[in-house]
Amino acid sequence: MLEIALPIAFGLFVLALLLNLYRLLRGPTLPDRALALDTMYINTIGLIVLYGISSDSKLYFEAAMLIALIGFVSTVAVAKYMLRGDIIE
Amino acid sequence: MNGIVEFLVSGFILIGAVFALVGSIGLVRLSDFYLRLHGPTKASTLGVGGAILGSLLFFSWQERALQLQEVLIVLFLFITAPVSAHMLAKAAMHRNLKRREDTRGGPWKQ
Amino acid sequence: MSRLLPFPLLSLFLWATWMLLNGFSWGHALLGLVLAVVLPLGTQSFWPNVPRLRNFPKLVRFVLVVHWDILTANVAVAILIIGPPRRLRPGFVELPLDLSDEFAITLLASTISLTPGTVSADVSEDRRTLLIHALDVDDEGAMIEQIKQRYERPLKEIFEC
Repeated sequence: MLEIALPIAFGLFVLALLLNLYRLLRGPTLPDRALALDTMYINTIGLIVLYGISSDSKLYFEAAMLIALIGFVSTVAVAKYMLRGDIIE
Repeated sequence: MNGIVEFLVSGFILIGAVFALVGSIGLVRLSDFYLRLHGPTKASTLGVGGAILGSLLFFSWQERALQLQEVLIVLFLFITAPVSAHMLAKAAMHRNLKRREDTRGGPWKQ
Repeated sequence: MSRLLPFPLLSLFLWATWMLLNGFSWGHALLGLVLAVVLPLGTQSFWPNVPRLRNFPKLVRFVLVVHWDILTANVAVAILIIGPPRRLRPGFVELPLDLSDEFAITLLASTISLTPGTVSADVSEDRRTLLIHALDVDDEGAMIEQIKQRYERPLKEIFEC
């Protein structure tokens, strides 16, 4: 059953990523693009977790964790930049 | 692999994937930035939550021991998602992004 | 005791995180313990005034309520997103705050962002009002009342501020 569910879930996540990519390219404003990137990293975490299941390896946990950490910091940095025109005051 | 466990794992990852997709659909489909903000912050978080719940169950079953480390990712996302949403909303208000005409109220004048 | 462990909950959290990251072994348990003591001590001066936790059972209850709301909220928001966009009634709502502590306000704002169709967007300079963007406002007063009842009151009781 998992052999069927996994590819479907992969497909849905990839579709989600493509939709995010559309918003990233389309904009129209900078916050929209930042939001699209933010969503992309969250979806990527989901994708990596699924890949971990499909390859039956727990190694990918660390990759997912790192993306979560870096994604958050970069979103906040970009938002801060849009607010102040500066990241560290 | 045990049938029930397999069924549950499949269920969790499918539910997660559907929510992630719905969040991204909202991102594309809704008409102004503030509306779009709602999709990803919630649906995507639950989407990843579903995938991780599935993975948790999967590895706990494989190794016959509770594997909780992936809970950290969900915990981290639950703490950070509101913060990034808040920062992005502030940035959007700072830049006076357009709102849908029928939006009630508005940001504060600064 | 309070000298060595200025934030006992933070220490516990750090230790649990360390154990989750590394898997259980006695060596890691010891190393985690050292980190759980040293890190809060080292970062003590960076922390804002964190209010004392007064009511632990209430906190557990609050966490459970919020998780339940996150689940139901997601289904509700998913339906709103899939449905016709014209049916949405978006709006900015101002929530007058009863909480005075910054940490409690942060918790409230995060909770609001995670639950039904609402994202907290801004806090006023004087920390008295929270600006919320809602996906679908039916009745502003009822919404404010619900947030106050469900999240703000418990938080106030948990931290007594």
